[in-house]
Amino acid sequence: MTARFRIGDVVRIRRAFPPGHVRTPYFTRGMSGVVDSVVGSFHNPEDLAYGRYNDATLPLYRVRFKQADLWPDYDGPARDTTIVDIYENWLEPAEGEQQ
Amino acid sequence: MDCVGINGVRRVHDMGGLDAGPIDREEPEHARWEKRIDAIRALCSKRKLMRTDELRRTTEDLGPGLYDALSYHERRCAAITNMLLQKSLFTVDELGRKMAEVERRWAKAGKP
Amino acid sequence: MTGPDTHTHAHDHGDHDHDHDHARTFQPDIEDSPFSHYQVMAEALGELLIDKGVITADELRSQLEWLDARSPADGAKLIARAWTDPDFKARLLKDVNAAAESVGLSAGDIPIRAVENTPKVHNVIVCTLCSCYPRGLLGLPPDWYKSREYRSRTVREPRAVLAEFGTVVGDDVEVRVHDSTADLRYLVLPMQPKGSEGMDAAALEALVTRDCMIGVSLPRSPRA
Repeated sequence: MTARFRIGDVVRIRRAFPPGHVRTPYFTRGMSGVVDSVVGSFHNPEDLAYGRYNDATLPLYRVRFKQADLWPDYDGPARDTTIVDIYENWLEPAEGEQQ
Repeated sequence: MDCVGINGVRRVHDMGGLDAGPIDREEPEHARWEKRIDAIRALCSKRKLMRTDELRRTTEDLGPGLYDALSYHERRCAAITNMLLQKSLFTVDELGRKMAEVERRWAKAGKP
Repeated sequence: MTGPDTHTHAHDHGDHDHDHDHARTFQPDIEDSPFSHYQVMAEALGELLIDKGVITADELRSQLEWLDARSPADGAKLIARAWTDPDFKARLLKDVNAAAESVGLSAGDIPIRAVENTPKVHNVIVCTLCSCYPRGLLGLPPDWYKSREYRSRTVREPRAVLAEFGTVVGDDVEVRVHDSTADLRYLVLPMQPKGSEGMDAAALEALVTRDCMIGVSLPRSPRA
């Protein structure tokens, strides 16, 4: 499967809040970050969790966020980051945003 | 707990960024039953009876009350048991009878 | 009938020694502490699975023994080797599982990635959603790693969390938190402590603590 995003792309995590098993943490929803690496293709945990063991896979990315963007009251240096592993179905492009 | 309207509901296990107190760094030895749960979980995985993702889901689905009231291993025990019930590896009746049998056996052994 | 499981003298069994015949069914010390609902459930679960032929008592015992034997020693071996062998370090950073196998260790089936501390970057690992951890190399995670407090605060205030572990990182160093939410697990490759140059493998391994591979601490310093 071809990965939609590349290292360095600015991406936004979809602002959606379904109940059910999701591996995209709440604190990242609606946030934008930079693709740090393209890990490979894996089964979707949202399928596996409900017993849907099929062959479908999707790309997994490591997305790097600035702490200052994630937490309005972050009191550490501006250089601090958090990297989160996020599946492609949760990412959309964030064109025009500066990082 | 941060579960509010406009931004949607944060599920109880999804706790990154919430306020919390100091970290208790004590490392007590785990009880025999806790290790047993870990072993059962590993064996069920090997037998392909449950995927990691399914176990995570059933753990999360314990919900806000139980998730925090139970310890890590109690949650695991509950989640594994619920999962195996769902998959009909045994019935509620079988489990109930076995649990009662274990309790009787242990209570008996404790009598002077 | 349960098989002869490993019996540990855990804190909830009181602190007296007692004889136990491993061939008999396990009996907890009722007079010291009542058994809990989940303790009963765990026992029943194992017995049911054995009754139904899903697992055997021997398998359960072997698995318990295997779990008891897990430790961070294998992780420490990889770190110590990376400190002295630049080629190995490069291979470790590329693919931990393959690098481990190349030196006769098994990191397990789940892919583990090493993240390197440098003078500019300090890494720390967390799993906010559950308790994903590189068990194949570090063994079982400590209770604090699985706690609400660690899982909630590490992404939000990593420096305060590090300070609780006695670790201070300068403002000129990036603190980089890795939330292992997916299929990878992470292992911190700390910097080699000053003064440890020329030490042999065993001595170097002794400097590598579990906590420094999680990232909440630095490796031990060599004695002067």
